[in-house]
Amino acid sequence: MQEISLSQILFVSTALFFIGMYGLFTRRNLITMLMSIELMLNSVNINFVAFNKYLFPDNLDGLFFTLFIITIAAAEAAVAIAIIINLFRSHNSIDVEDATEMKN
Amino acid sequence: MSNYLYILWIPLLPLATFVILGIFGRKYLSSIAGLLGTASLLTATILSFVAAKQYFFVDGKVNGVYQKIVALKYTWLEFAPNMSIDLGIIVDPISVMMLVVVTSVSLMVHVFSLGYMKGEERFATYYAFLSLFTFSMLGLILSSNIFQVYMFWELVGVSSFLLISYYFNKPSAVAASKKAFIVTRFADLGFLIGILILGYYGGTLDIGLLIERFTSVHSTQFLSITSASFLGASMLTWGLTLVFMGGAGKSAMFPLHIWLPDAMEGPTPVSALIHAATMVVAGVYLVARMFPVFTMDESALNIVTYVGAASALFAAIIACTQTDIKRVLAYSTMSQIGYMMFALGISKNGGENGLGYMASMFHLFTHAFFKSLLFLGAGSVIHMVHSNEMKDMGGLRKLMPVTHIAFLIACLAIAGIPPFAGFFSKEEILTAAFHENKIIYGIALFTAALTSFYMFRLYFNIFWSKDAPAASHADDAHTNDHDNHHADHGEGPWVMKLPLLILAACAVGVGFIPFSQLVTSDGAPLATHIDVVFSIAPVVLSVLAILLAASFYKNQNGKSDKVADAFGGLYTAAHKKFYVDEVYLFITKKIIFPFIGQPIAWADKNIVDGFMQLLAKITLKVSVLIKGLQSGKVQNYAMYFFGGIVVLSILFIYIWK
Repeated sequence: MQEISLSQILFVSTALFFIGMYGLFTRRNLITMLMSIELMLNSVNINFVAFNKYLFPDNLDGLFFTLFIITIAAAEAAVAIAIIINLFRSHNSIDVEDATEMKN
Repeated sequence: MSNYLYILWIPLLPLATFVILGIFGRKYLSSIAGLLGTASLLTATILSFVAAKQYFFVDGKVNGVYQKIVALKYTWLEFAPNMSIDLGIIVDPISVMMLVVVTSVSLMVHVFSLGYMKGEERFATYYAFLSLFTFSMLGLILSSNIFQVYMFWELVGVSSFLLISYYFNKPSAVAASKKAFIVTRFADLGFLIGILILGYYGGTLDIGLLIERFTSVHSTQFLSITSASFLGASMLTWGLTLVFMGGAGKSAMFPLHIWLPDAMEGPTPVSALIHAATMVVAGVYLVARMFPVFTMDESALNIVTYVGAASALFAAIIACTQTDIKRVLAYSTMSQIGYMMFALGISKNGGENGLGYMASMFHLFTHAFFKSLLFLGAGSVIHMVHSNEMKDMGGLRKLMPVTHIAFLIACLAIAGIPPFAGFFSKEEILTAAFHENKIIYGIALFTAALTSFYMFRLYFNIFWSKDAPAASHADDAHTNDHDNHHADHGEGPWVMKLPLLILAACAVGVGFIPFSQLVTSDGAPLATHIDVVFSIAPVVLSVLAILLAASFYKNQNGKSDKVADAFGGLYTAAHKKFYVDEVYLFITKKIIFPFIGQPIAWADKNIVDGFMQLLAKITLKVSVLIKGLQSGKVQNYAMYFFGGIVVLSILFIYIWK
């Protein structure tokens, strides 16, 4: 089996990042937007792991960063979902278009 | 050197009274406000007499020369070494003399007001203001630092303003108080600039140090201030002239005198205290305090001389034509202060040549007593007649015997008839003038005669003139004094008569004080004697003037009207106060307002305010323009965020490198 090159992995992570970005910009449902953000975070994780493995195989810094990001992403998801639940209670919807009280 | 620290209590007692009466007076203390004020001032008066006795007769002298003692010095604001605003107490002959004058006249006024102001709605406020004034005046006297003088100077101005506008529902009183405040404020501007000039070149604000530096011809400060010049006069002349301008404003010297006659709108005891005996002599006191510096500059001293002499003559002429008794007294005050000023102006520092200085201080001292007596007497008369106009008076000598006698004594004193107080001080001034400057002597002699004439015009018009008082006056007297069952009809309660009697005793007696031994320019006693031959001219002139006044006004015979007609234009001009007020109105309304005031107002409205409004408008426009960015949609914000990242990345990767 042929060895997977760094550029292939970077291609996947870039694709993942822009898919997340696309989702973040186009979806109106807050849960879906949260999932898109998770996608983007994960693409960054892939980058960290790949660079660590291919460029500095003797170090573990990239892996540690990945662990941190996963932890923070979990915390962030908890906070975001709490916000979303509150939003639903007050607006009866979780559509971002409905929460525009702060404009102008 | 002994301890004079207790002098601190003399100004602090009235201050405490002011604070207490100002805060609690109207609600809780209105019944005892007068007694409280009087009691506190009585204590202050006793303290100042103690201080005077200690200074003049116990330990003020060292080797026969009175010393200048700084009893207290507290550095308040220090700008540089020696350049500081201090709060201090200076004890020297003139300050101790002024302490006695101010506290005793103020005490008399406090007592008199107990009767005069009785039943006033704002009785406690009145006493609070009187105490504030007394405090400020005492502070002014004791100041050891020229900036301290300035601060108390302004406080005096404020309390004068408050007291003039005491009847604040009378539009004329309000106008008068504003006029007094603005005119003296204008003069104080000159005073402040003068202080700054002297302070800048002298490197200090301490009066003692300033005098020390500016009187030694070789000091660097003296050389620098005399070598610097502006518009052809040295900075020393400018500084002193500007300081004198402040003094002239407070002392109502021509042409800054216009506020004093109008200030008579205040209660009469206030006029007696502020506008006769104490505040108006602050200018004289200031010149006397800085006198050693003044003697270093001939031209500044000449200004003092001629302004003083001009004011003396000018005011005396006007006083002959006025019909409001308080205004006559106001112009007479101005004239007498003119006397004190030119006496200072012709004097030199130290020794036999310092006669003018001593004479000026002596006249200040005697004048305070007989002029406050005149005002309090006028207050009694007004209290009874309810009018300031001479034509409403006449024949009062039967109704008001005490006032009549007191007023007569005061008139004789101011006319310079021996042995009353005014004679002695006026003789000293005339002697000094005779030796120094014959023109001034002529003016002084003529003014002395005029003084006798207008004072006795006043006297005869009030107390003689008509045979019997009109019936309405007697009615007034009865209704006015329903609570006073005294034998003589409505002359006022004893608290109004007692000060008159005490001051009358002073007006007779203070002339015999050996003043030349106590207060002189250099502290050393001065040998003076009354030259009988020299005294003949002024006394004879005064007596002639009195006889003239008697023939005109003792009975209503119409002679005075004929003489007035004969003088024609001069009489009208004097009656209209030589149109000085009109000139001021013309200058302010026709020149300053349209040509300076309005352009500045326009610039302020359109340029200064306009610039600020322009800034506000720009901010508004920009914010309207960019407020669309704040759409409230999270995804738009995310777009801007990523857009920003893209732009920054391009910048860093391709352009910055």
